[in-house]
Amino acid sequence: MSQSNRIAGGQIDRSRTFRFTFDGTAYTGHPGDTLASALLSNGVRLMGRSFKYHRPRGPLSAGSEEPNALVQLRSGARQEPNTRATVAELFDGLTATSQNAWPSLRFDAMAINDRLNTFFTAGFYYKTFMWPASFWEKVYEPIIRRAAGLGALTREEDPDEYDKGFLHCDLLVIGAGPAGLSAALTAGRAGARVILADEDFRMGGRLNAETHEVGGMAGADWAAASVAELATMPNVRLMARTTIVGAFDHGIYGAVERVSDHLAVPEKGKPRQTLWRIYSRRAILAGGATERPIAFENNDRPGIMLAGALRAYANRWGVAVGDRVAIFTNNDDGLRSATDLRAKGVDVVAVIDARADGPLLPGIRHVKGGEVVDAQGRLGLTSITVRDASGRTDNLRVTALGVSGGWNPNVNISSHHRSRPVWDEGIRSFIPGADVPAGQSAAGAAAGVLSTHGALATGQAQAIAALEGLGITAKAGSLPEAEDAPVSITPKWYVSGGKGRAWIDPQNDVTVKDVKLAHQENFTSVEHLKRYTTLGMATDQGKTGNVLGLAVMAGLTGRTIPETGTTIYRPPYTPVAMGTLAGRSRGKEFKPFRLTPSHKWAEEQGAVFVEVGMWLRAQWLPKPGESHWRESVDREVLAARKSVGICDVTTLGKIDIQGTDAGAFLDRVYCNTFSTLAVGKCRYGLMLREDGMVFDDGTTARMGEHEYVMTTTIANAVTVFRHLEYCRQVLWPDMDVQLISTTEAWAQFSVAGPNARKLLEKIVDQDISDAAFSYMGAGEITVGGLRARLFRISFSGELAYEIAVPTRYGDAMIRALVAAGQEFDAVVYGTEALGVMRVEKGHVAGNELNGQSSALNMGLGKMVSKKKDSIGMVLSQREGMNDPDGYRIVGVKPVDPAGKLTAGSHFLEIGAAAEIANDGGWLTSKVYSPHLGCDIALGYLKGGDQKIGKRMRAVNLLVKPATETEVEIVSPHFFDPEGERLRG
Amino acid sequence: MMRYSALGVIAQALTGHRGWKPVWRDPVPQASYDIIIVGGGGHGLATAYYLAKEFGQARIAVLEKGYLGGGNVGRNTTIIRSNYLLDGNEPFYEFSLKLWEGLEQDLNYNAMVSQRGIMNLIHTDAQRDAFTRRGNAMILNGADAELLDKEQVRAMYPWLNFDNARFPIKGALAQRRGGTVRHDAVAWGYARAADLRGVDLIQNCEVTGMRIENGRILGVETSRGFIGARKVGVAVAGSSSRVMAHAGMRLPMESHVLQAFVSEGLKPLIDGVMTFGAGHFYVSQSDKGGLVFGGDIDGYNSYAQRGNLPVIEDVAEGGMALMPAIGRARLLRTWGGIMDMSMDGSPIIDRTPVDGLYFNGGWCYGGFKATPASGWCFAHLLAKDEPHKTATAYRFDRFLKGLMIDEKGQGAQPNLH
Amino acid sequence: MIINHPILGPRDAQEFVYLGDAALMGRPDGMTAGIEEFHDWLYNRDNPAGEHRELWYHEQGDRSWLVVTRNTVTHEILKVELARDVARAMGRAK
Repeated sequence: MSQSNRIAGGQIDRSRTFRFTFDGTAYTGHPGDTLASALLSNGVRLMGRSFKYHRPRGPLSAGSEEPNALVQLRSGARQEPNTRATVAELFDGLTATSQNAWPSLRFDAMAINDRLNTFFTAGFYYKTFMWPASFWEKVYEPIIRRAAGLGALTREEDPDEYDKGFLHCDLLVIGAGPAGLSAALTAGRAGARVILADEDFRMGGRLNAETHEVGGMAGADWAAASVAELATMPNVRLMARTTIVGAFDHGIYGAVERVSDHLAVPEKGKPRQTLWRIYSRRAILAGGATERPIAFENNDRPGIMLAGALRAYANRWGVAVGDRVAIFTNNDDGLRSATDLRAKGVDVVAVIDARADGPLLPGIRHVKGGEVVDAQGRLGLTSITVRDASGRTDNLRVTALGVSGGWNPNVNISSHHRSRPVWDEGIRSFIPGADVPAGQSAAGAAAGVLSTHGALATGQAQAIAALEGLGITAKAGSLPEAEDAPVSITPKWYVSGGKGRAWIDPQNDVTVKDVKLAHQENFTSVEHLKRYTTLGMATDQGKTGNVLGLAVMAGLTGRTIPETGTTIYRPPYTPVAMGTLAGRSRGKEFKPFRLTPSHKWAEEQGAVFVEVGMWLRAQWLPKPGESHWRESVDREVLAARKSVGICDVTTLGKIDIQGTDAGAFLDRVYCNTFSTLAVGKCRYGLMLREDGMVFDDGTTARMGEHEYVMTTTIANAVTVFRHLEYCRQVLWPDMDVQLISTTEAWAQFSVAGPNARKLLEKIVDQDISDAAFSYMGAGEITVGGLRARLFRISFSGELAYEIAVPTRYGDAMIRALVAAGQEFDAVVYGTEALGVMRVEKGHVAGNELNGQSSALNMGLGKMVSKKKDSIGMVLSQREGMNDPDGYRIVGVKPVDPAGKLTAGSHFLEIGAAAEIANDGGWLTSKVYSPHLGCDIALGYLKGGDQKIGKRMRAVNLLVKPATETEVEIVSPHFFDPEGERLRG
Repeated sequence: MMRYSALGVIAQALTGHRGWKPVWRDPVPQASYDIIIVGGGGHGLATAYYLAKEFGQARIAVLEKGYLGGGNVGRNTTIIRSNYLLDGNEPFYEFSLKLWEGLEQDLNYNAMVSQRGIMNLIHTDAQRDAFTRRGNAMILNGADAELLDKEQVRAMYPWLNFDNARFPIKGALAQRRGGTVRHDAVAWGYARAADLRGVDLIQNCEVTGMRIENGRILGVETSRGFIGARKVGVAVAGSSSRVMAHAGMRLPMESHVLQAFVSEGLKPLIDGVMTFGAGHFYVSQSDKGGLVFGGDIDGYNSYAQRGNLPVIEDVAEGGMALMPAIGRARLLRTWGGIMDMSMDGSPIIDRTPVDGLYFNGGWCYGGFKATPASGWCFAHLLAKDEPHKTATAYRFDRFLKGLMIDEKGQGAQPNLH
Repeated sequence: MIINHPILGPRDAQEFVYLGDAALMGRPDGMTAGIEEFHDWLYNRDNPAGEHRELWYHEQGDRSWLVVTRNTVTHEILKVELARDVARAMGRAK
């Protein structure tokens, strides 16, 4: 077959030929074709199968409303399921396969469902598959799931890139048909910043599909001339292949630009698609209208399509869908298809006009007051059964039928803020209602104005009105001459009387019968109708079927259509690829990396890194010959405790706090007191939330009379800073306090161990002897003349310092520390060793600071000063938080040193059954202590402070078989409980 | 009473389905009832059903301002599970899961309860520790839980992002009994079963006021006139503050919008429910083939039932980070529901200071899975005036007493729960 | 959403972090108020469907805390003020 159905004319480039395949068969088409138009030109009408009954289907439409002609486009990792052939732009080498059919599109075994259709009515599932009870999940559901779904993903990673961008404009024009072009021209000429977006690859909207003249030239030519004029305006951005997918708050619209979908593979460096966030001051919805069908028996045969689509294929693409066609209409617009097709030389067998008084086209047989009552041809239309006003039926041999039940304005984007469309009796359809998104108006067919002249006029008028609101004066130019036919329509929704099925929502196989059953069972609310029958929930979101379904329900209930209601459309306007919405945030780029100042050095050492929030930190630094992580970690711990260790602690939050009220401010935000802290000293601070739970902790140093340096946990660096700003701006606005986050300004290293001082003495310029720089001392120092900060604080329990230098010297600093440490066999340790040492010392960290624990729970209850007001002080006194038998932090050791502990295990009394009534609490953090030679852990234990010395079981029921270890409850301070080493 | 049976379904199919009766009546409201439930969503309908069936109550009405099942039971991600951590929650959610397991036979309605399993992915050691604590708490409460390692997860879903991830998958906490339910069918099943037991389900009836005298409720003012009642139970999550304002109450909650999403239909890809642990993304695949997924709330107070683009993008980013193979699957539809975001992330089922007025709300975005137990426990409270044993912690005064049930440890900030 | 920052002009709401009802600005004094007063202030909310004064923080911006008056049904923003100014007008000082 080589384009047997191609006829003259159309906006395709016949000078070039594209080759493509569908289900392995090779075809040809031309630039300007869609996959659907190209297949139709080759005489292929069968393109898909329906969802439930697996009925053979061809395209219903020529646009994005398509419910039937869904294919898998491309192959391999680029396979793209559910692609509408009607909007898939043809390119050379395109491959497509059919979906939801097995073994083939023509012979689909699942079409058995169609034979059993009498069972598969709306709501069928809810009434059955319940016997026996276990069969739903074991038998029925697996069968249903295998049969369900449409196209398939290959499970390979999408190889294409996606991008995102931001655009700003005075006026966004949605749709580049006559209304949109008129609006854009008006606004563009007035100098406004305009974005004109259209989902099609060729701007012009219906003008490309019609034979109307505009301003004395072919409509498509006028559109092309208008686009050319707009292209010369620097204030206008033309965006073809760009769908406005959603209206969001405050004039923000989401748009998807299909940058590369018309190519076999995106050009190098180009994304497949781009998600634009368009910030508009005003927007005009000029998205046109969608034709709706009339339901009759077997109205889903391939070859039956919307009348407007039939003529679009002829006019725009030069394709005659069938050699013998008929038109079934209830309005004048349907007659245009007959006229246009005949003008193209197609044999128009008959016009079946549901109206008794519709105008007659000369030379064409009219069945006035007639109906199409049935259609034949399983894999493609062969004939239709027609009934005339007298009730006489006739069978007409046709291979294509165009159906028009009128046009539905594309109100979708007007209802994205839940504005309900309103009924327009003139066009018998819904138009945008009140409360549309602020700044949005509608023009042309989207507003219910269906003539070309009306579109041009309302486009201009709405642009003028929109710009007036912005203080921009736009002139009303003279409008080009265009047709202005009135809408003549007599409602006709479905053909009654037949016994078979008449489709309303073809993809989901919702028929008139289903609506009737929903009514019979009292699912009469429009939402119930939708949910019970799945009407409007297919990939086309009811663009062609919703109003029809409503009308059927209205007829059954005796209510009007507007009384019956309307469903609100939700974003997106057409489905959007997940990759597009994610943009570049995937793979390793999902979130940014924050690297520590010693990262490069650590990489050189072969460090193993771990994600800590956004940070990557060295977890341990293996030495040659170490085959297990524990070997490295044990070595790091023992070396630090024996001599000295170095660790990058830059990731802790750092906040400089200055001002005459800085001390008083800290007294409010910490539950303990800081105003009394001596200059040059540090103190451990505990910060509560207002509900009395521990928020954060860290050491804060007083660097001067009115200068403090706070440290926070890594996890809360951002939230603590936000909270402090809140306290200073909102709660105590007159306090003289200034804050700045210095987390990234200082590279900070912990130097810990008996030889810490000796090491540091080699590189700092000042005297840091115990006398000059005592325990918990803090101050500004210099390192080879470089400004630095030194804090004598310890997380490890050793004699320890933290030394900070400006971040850009961080790399030099780690190298200097390592070099200076060589004579002491200094070790650089990672987060694991840090964790071991802090558990040995009983310091709380992330696993204990879980947001569910109070100071009392952490054994720090005495830190909460009642002598001053501080955040969380009052509510920490609530009775439920002061239960003497509540959780207290404890240390845990296995009774048998070989016993293993697991963090997250729960405490049970010896001999108690494993049930919740006996639950004593849980192990929060567990490490192996090389110093003690056994696992140790911290835990929250009910009444734990009274249970020191007691034996219990630590039980882990999550593993099979469950494990349990007899443990001794001990003080959380496993190592050097008196803190002698700190002060050394 | 029209019971669904295999034979009945066949008989109807062969006779053109002409015999199916309305699934519920549309009764005219009576002047008064013993018990009025305000809110015809899942929780309200379940409450009415269990009041009639389990607690021997009669003369019950459910008042619904719109259509039955139109609240959050009709707009959620259909997940059921009982993988909670805290003592106040886990017994309740496990009770709920057990009710789900027998729901269809109880209601004679196929709500497609499907225990396909749920898996919470682990990406850090701290997460594994926390999930180990949680899993043990679940088992101690009689629920099921398993800890999976990375290779076990890979065996189930080899196409997840294991090898190029910003936050690599290290394992998962799994609950095999978790799964999904056809959400609308839950509302319809309860409605039908309640209607069969004589409960009046009154749609398009908005409560506009409460008649309270001497500290006692006498009935409610509605768009269809005054309706008297001995007891009134309010189950209108999303609108709780608005309705309870009629009784002069301020509640410990804010209303927030949560968006949810469905993709176009796809051939089977994901068998169970999965949650990403390094971003906010959870997903399952419906029997129709759509990927049903969600993420975080938009984060600001809202009654608008719609959200904004940043959250849509955030959810898609989480999805693509976890499943790079879904890049070419298309998002089909988004929707927004209004959540009662409570001050500790947990619900309230309690009496109020008004005699005869009871409250059920604050479900945050965990309300769907709670539906059966919420109905049962609320019915228990309404009928017996004392809380069900699994719901004793869901009291208003827990905040005054410092007995918060804060699963996430975020404190009194609703949008963080 | 777009928040019209009093100093910086219109900014995308994504640059901000939301806290909640601006009634939180009325924090009681911990040395005089007790648990009940703190409880009501911290936990209970009007949660109106309509105009709502609420606190937003310009985290990816100038770090201002703002009081935004916004309609929770339409999301329309009616007014934006610096929280510090509002706090001072309420009589908050040190």
